[in-house]
Amino acid sequence: MKLPIYLDYNATTPVDPKVVEAMMPYFTESFGNAASRNHSFGWEVEKVVDDARELIGNLIGAGGKEIVFTSGATESDNLAILGVAEFYKKKGTHIISSPIEHKAVIDPCNALEQKGYEITFLDVDKHGCIDLKQLEDSIREDTILVSLMAGNNEIGTLNPIREIGQITRNKGVLFHTDATQGVGKIPIDVEEMNIDLLSMTAHKFYGPKGIGALYVRRKKPRVRLSPIMFGGGHERGMRSGTLNVPGIVGFAKALELSVEEMASEAERLTGLRQRLSDRLNSELDYIFLNGHPTDRLPNNLNLSFGYVEGESLMMGVNELAVSSGSACTSASLEPSYVLRALGVGDDLAHSSIRVGMGRFTTVEEIDYAAEKMIAAVKRLREMSPLYEMVKDGVDLSTVQWTSH
Amino acid sequence: MAYSEKVIDHYNDPRNVGSLDKKDENTGTGLVGAPECGDVMKLQIQVNPDTNEIVDAKFKTFGCGSAIASSSLATEWVKGKSIDEAMSIKNTEIVEELSLPPVKIHCSVLAEDAIKAAISDYRKRSEG
Repeated sequence: MKLPIYLDYNATTPVDPKVVEAMMPYFTESFGNAASRNHSFGWEVEKVVDDARELIGNLIGAGGKEIVFTSGATESDNLAILGVAEFYKKKGTHIISSPIEHKAVIDPCNALEQKGYEITFLDVDKHGCIDLKQLEDSIREDTILVSLMAGNNEIGTLNPIREIGQITRNKGVLFHTDATQGVGKIPIDVEEMNIDLLSMTAHKFYGPKGIGALYVRRKKPRVRLSPIMFGGGHERGMRSGTLNVPGIVGFAKALELSVEEMASEAERLTGLRQRLSDRLNSELDYIFLNGHPTDRLPNNLNLSFGYVEGESLMMGVNELAVSSGSACTSASLEPSYVLRALGVGDDLAHSSIRVGMGRFTTVEEIDYAAEKMIAAVKRLREMSPLYEMVKDGVDLSTVQWTSH
Repeated sequence: MAYSEKVIDHYNDPRNVGSLDKKDENTGTGLVGAPECGDVMKLQIQVNPDTNEIVDAKFKTFGCGSAIASSSLATEWVKGKSIDEAMSIKNTEIVEELSLPPVKIHCSVLAEDAIKAAISDYRKRSEG
């Protein structure tokens, strides 16, 4: 077993060697510009890009012509939201989203609000689930877009995409889903699920960084977008810029491999997640699960260890690459906005750890990680005045704290 | 974030972790910070009432590595000092000793507050 152990697969993944191999010829031999229409260097890679486009489309139930390549999911989210908002502004200026979306969705929504659009952020319950009835009731005459993610990057909770798609289709409103964490991990079919726009990025499923796509429905209904990037008119005018051919090839290969292994990987990762959770709960008290117990990404476990601060816990398990919702680990010094939206107290938000498992995670690694985490939590609780007080029967909510 | 060697040393080998008897009239307890802010320090001192010397100090801290290191260092520094000398310990000295980055300065402020709170508790109790 090699140390440190990577357990942050919700942040990014290593590129699969098979993917690297597929990409290699397109750096040096077949280096043409896919937009070069007048020589064989261009024709050759144009064909490669179109094949990749077709493959990616098919793997999510779409056609190749509905795939618009971008630099990643952040750009895809921006293009979907800003592009729809601009194009359909005469029809309406109301957009519905949720407070636990990725910042790549929330921030464009906030930017639109500054320009006079109206954004409704739906409520989420303690597990991070929206209320479908509230969604339905929030759709108005002037609603142009509903943007709700497939799976949450921090807490793993899945949205009922199929049910959301049914509601938006019945109401005649466009549905965008940020499926950055879903694609390659959970079954997605834009046709069956009535998805109109879908964001994805290759590096979350063992592809390279810097390449993503936005699925844009072409019929029933045909979705129109105003571009946010102007230039050579690539990607049917929706996204100008020379295509990243090696990235696109890697994207397609990575998605193909991930979809092939999806069912067995989901089962294996769910097993590892359960194993880790069981072991931790058998040795430690005051552990709280963040996110939905069952409707969650198979590879994601997010736990708060009461009375232990997240950054100090990460320091104690420095052989494990995990992440934390603690304020101390963020530049803003604010604890996770996702956990806050769920109503998790700031004290427990500070104590949260996200473990993301993936293709190369082994049982041996999970067992090692569990023992390291148990030892670190026990040591830090020995040092924790809060744990001591709770064990002495003090109700922490009655203590007069001094804020600073 | 990369930690200084001294922070890592105090985190791995914290000095004076533990608790003193709160009921002993020669002790003083300072409890500062708040759980929702992400750090709480409890610093306790044991004072020789004849000499006003701090003969022992213990801490427990909920917080990041820098908060643990700041309080650990604070207990080391107050031990053997008179309470007046301990009162004059400044957070900037802790920042310097541990090479704390700007975002961690609040940890040193909290440690200074904890020392002052413990001394003020001792004074209140020994007078009373």
